[in-house]
Parts: sequence; C-alpha cells; structure tokens
Amino acid sequence: MRVDGSKAQVDFGEGVLRDVNVTLVDAKVGEYVLVHAGYAIQIVDEKDALETLALWKEILAFEKEQGS
Amino acid sequence: MAEKFRLRDPALAKSITRKIREVAPKNETVKFCHVCGTHEWTITHYGLRSLLPRNVEVIAGPGCPVCIVPAAEIDEAVQLAQKGIVITCFGDVLRVPGSQMSLLEAKAEGADVRIVYGVADAVEMAKREQDKEFTFFAVGFETTAPSTAVEALGKPPENFSFLVSHRLIPPAMELLLGVGDLQIDGFVAPGHVSAIIGLKPYELFPRVYRMPTVVAGFEPIDVLMGIYMLLKQRAEGTARLENEYTRIVKWEGNPKALEMMDKAFAVTGGNWRGIGRLPDSALKLREELAAYDAREKFGVHVAQGKDILLGCECHLVIIGKIKPDECPMFMKACTPQKPVGACMVSSEGTCRVWATTATRST
Repeated sequence: MRVDGSKAQVDFGEGVLRDVNVTLVDAKVGEYVLVHAGYAIQIVDEKDALETLALWKEILAFEKEQGS
Repeated sequence: MAEKFRLRDPALAKSITRKIREVAPKNETVKFCHVCGTHEWTITHYGLRSLLPRNVEVIAGPGCPVCIVPAAEIDEAVQLAQKGIVITCFGDVLRVPGSQMSLLEAKAEGADVRIVYGVADAVEMAKREQDKEFTFFAVGFETTAPSTAVEALGKPPENFSFLVSHRLIPPAMELLLGVGDLQIDGFVAPGHVSAIIGLKPYELFPRVYRMPTVVAGFEPIDVLMGIYMLLKQRAEGTARLENEYTRIVKWEGNPKALEMMDKAFAVTGGNWRGIGRLPDSALKLREELAAYDAREKFGVHVAQGKDILLGCECHLVIIGKIKPDECPMFMKACTPQKPVGACMVSSEGTCRVWATTATRST
C-alpha cells in the first residue's frame, strides 16, 4: 500500500492493514510480499505463479493423453 | 491470493492425485519426509494423506522450530525472567516445558514475560520503557533468523539483548538420513526456509545421498505436486533437486537476508530437543555484537536441561519415527489444553496439528 524507508503498510486482505519491515526485500507498492513475523522475506512472483499453474495443467493434460 | 491462483482447485488436485497413483510403485512402500510444521498442517488439515495410495507415506521430520528448542535454553530464558529482565517471545514459546518450568509458569510467579508478533515489537517496547532490560528470545529456523539479524545490526537500544536459539534446517535433514531404520525415499524441502536459503544448501542430498529432493509450497496443490515430482523421480530412477515453489523460492534464495544473517551470526553446534547435538546447526551473535548477547550480558549459561519427561515420546515424533497417535500419552495425558511434550505445545508441532484436526489418518 505504502513504502516508507524500512517500513511498509501491507494489505493482508479483507481490510487488515499492518506495518511490515521491508529491509530484506526491494518491494514496490502493488507487489505481493511473503510476510513472516512482521518482516517481508520475499516478493511473490505473480507472473511466475500464474505461468507455473498453466504449465502444470498442460503437463498433466499431456501426460494424460500419453498415458491413455 | 490462494483463490486468485486457484491453489486449492479441487479439479487440479484430482488430476494430480490421479497422476500420483499412476507413477507410484505398485508393491513397495515409499516414504517421503518433510521438515516443516506448516507442511504438516497443510497435509493434515486438507486430509492429503487420504488422497495418496496406501503405500505412499509422508512423515513429519523436525520441522517445528519451537519443539526443538532444548529445555536448557528455555531454562536460560526463565532464569533471565527471574532476574527481572522482561522476556519477549513468540506466543508458541510460552508453554514449552523447561527443566523446572515454562516461561508461562515463570510469568504466573510474577516474571514479566510478553508475547510479541515479531522482534521489531520487542525493540519498540524497549525504547518506550528505558528503565527496564528487555531480552528477545529468538527462536526459529532460517525463516525467522533474518529478522533477528536486521534488529541486531540496526543498533538496538542499550537495554535490549537477544537470547538466540536459532537453528538451521539442512543439518537436521542430514541427520535423518543417518537414522538407520527410518529409510526415507525423498525430501519435501520447506518452502519458507528455502525462500531465504535458496536451493544450493540441498544440493548434497541428491548428489551425495541419492535422495530426491523437492522444495514445495504450502497450498494443498503445492504439496501434492511436490509429492508427484518426488514419485516421478523415483519412477525414473533418478535423484534430482527440484523446485515446485518457484513463485517464492529462487535458486539463490534471498541474498540480502543471507548477507545480513552472515553479518550478525556465526554458525555453531547446537542442541536440539529430542535429537541431541548437531554440528554447525545453530546460530550465535558474532563477537562484535556480544554486547547484545543476553547470555554474555547477564552471565546466563545452562549446559544441560531435562528435554523429555518420562513417558513422553516427543523425541520419536520429532524425527518422524512414530506418529503422534502411537505415543501412549497422545490425547490422554497430553492434550493441547495440558501439553506434556513440546510437540503438543506449538501450533507447528506434529502432535498439536494432529490433535486439532479430525481427519488425520492415512
């Protein structure tokens, strides 16, 4: 939501906002972060998440054809 | 977010389980081990064991950072609290048994023990109440250690110190391979520890031990996919290191976090409850930060504690040797309301996870 030095306001969903320490990541406003005990420890790769899922579905569909 | 990415999609789960059945061996038993309390939660909560063929077993290794803190280190925290120092800690740690008492019992006797969400909250408290000494009881694996490092390197106030009990996961995984009759066929490596350390520390498992290893995330689809990837490796007769959790885990991990950990901590040997001493498995503050080391600052050192009470089988649960319901005390003398062993205390403990979920068996 907002980044201010080492602190960022993070939307945890359903209206829950909390200050999170972002020293460990280079997060920009709008990105998803993985938060552990008040510290963002990694940025979630949104594009990768979607691509991986699509890939799995493809692989599974392909292997199904192969198997049958 | 899980909804957005459909990581709990029943149709996808179904097609993965179908594939799992196809690649699973028909006659022999396969045993995979995870080392993460959150994996156990996902597996148990979503009843994933019931979706696997009977001969595919997933066991829980030492994945609960609270459970493996030895009694001696709880005793150190209790001693500090009894000296009048404010102990700040994660909620899970409060009821973990020490040799004589837990921190909760020390609090009941008048000690100032406070639960915090993270170390930053503890530092804030110390800044606000400068007339008191504060110690943060730093428990956790590589996921938590970087936050301790940030605060230790960030010039905390003079009335603040750390009781560091951080432990490292790869040495514990290596230990499991040495437990003769455990006979693990592959590792589901932890997602959020790996978010920090990356994949490199696991390289030795396929290379040296021929052990298939897959880093997996925490949604049910992640775990099922991880198991499928392990089974596939097995069917192909190979042992590789693979990453299922690419949206979070990068090959190099989180370099910034690793650098700060390295700056703040030296790696040393450490005791694990139920396991014993493991070389190069614990962190301690570096010399330069000794002024913030509660053990040095207040001269508190407990060498040996009483880790396992008579009749408690936490030591076997922690290494995945037995399942919680094989312990005679499980849900009889030892319950979430009145835990005897550490595995029943923490929300990440295997016994606690089993106790709070109805569908747990295979």
